[in-house]
Amino acid sequence: MTAASPTEPAPEAPGVASLFTSFLMLGLTGFGGVLPMARHMVVEKRRWLTGAEFSDLLGLCQFLPGGNVINVAVAIGMRFRGPAGAAAALIGLIAAPTAIAIALGSVYARYGEDPAVQHAFAGLASAAAGLIVATAAKIALPLKGKPVAIAVAGVCFGAIAILRLPLLPTLLVIAPVSIALAWRMRR
Amino acid sequence: MTVSTWVVFLIFAELSVLAFGGGATILPEMQRQLVDQRGWLTAQEFGALFALAQAAPGPNMMVGPLIGWHVAGLKGALAAAGGLFLPSSAITLVGVHAWERFKTHPFRPIIQAGLLPVTAGLVAASALILSQAAAADAMHVAIIVIVSVAAFATRLHPLALLAAGAVAGLVSPF
Repeated sequence: MTAASPTEPAPEAPGVASLFTSFLMLGLTGFGGVLPMARHMVVEKRRWLTGAEFSDLLGLCQFLPGGNVINVAVAIGMRFRGPAGAAAALIGLIAAPTAIAIALGSVYARYGEDPAVQHAFAGLASAAAGLIVATAAKIALPLKGKPVAIAVAGVCFGAIAILRLPLLPTLLVIAPVSIALAWRMRR
Repeated sequence: MTVSTWVVFLIFAELSVLAFGGGATILPEMQRQLVDQRGWLTAQEFGALFALAQAAPGPNMMVGPLIGWHVAGLKGALAAAGGLFLPSSAITLVGVHAWERFKTHPFRPIIQAGLLPVTAGLVAASALILSQAAAADAMHVAIIVIVSVAAFATRLHPLALLAAGAVAGLVSPF
């Protein structure tokens, strides 16, 4: 971890290998929320982008489907080294977490029948569910005081969680309606 | 049970292009397709694998390759990873080019405002579905409630909360 000193000029554009190893390190170290660490690496440590450029890129990536950090990595790789850079950044970012998840999964597969392991995993799954409940609450917080948005969120929740409708047709109906409603509210 | 790696790829490819708002929004559809429709794993296994993926470092979409591995080994993991990450990455590559013109477009904040409640509804659906699978008894309901309150109201690290949940689950029967 050698952070560039603040007085140093911005380094030149990273190569494919540097993109791969940098995002590999990010994938290995980013526990429970990679985004702040991604910003730290890209803006402060490597100085590939300014803070404003990073925020702008993140704004785009939050707009597109897929994981935000994954999209940021792909866009940065593309920006500096084209498709090869995008592939290096993507593979670098997901290689280690995928391997670690599979290693944990093989522990589960091997010892999953053991009652103690089953109890630990049931507790772990409960905690993971609790984390998602908290995430849902945080995402819902900006809807406070917006009855139309709350209604849309409620319909979406009911369609998916209660009626268990398929996501594709549900999104094809709800997303345009929600955007149209947001448009009418603005005018 | 034979699981076609092509089907694994196609299921996750569809999830990839539908993942507006990130990994947490597609969990109900993932569960619906893999557990309810195909019966490749139980709801409890799905919850356990999701929890394991949350305990791994990196982006919060590692549940995909992990489930792929669980149902079809290494080929399944690669198929799921390819399906889950390639389509959205391809869209990002196209999107970066279109972005310069679009970012000052007056419709951009309207679309963002319109997508937010959809994301909120989908993540809430994920929360309910995972909680239902995990809530086997009062003890596990208590873990869900305590962790959700702690994650919402404190700055405790998610890994610490996951570890606490695992320990609570381990010691609870004794």
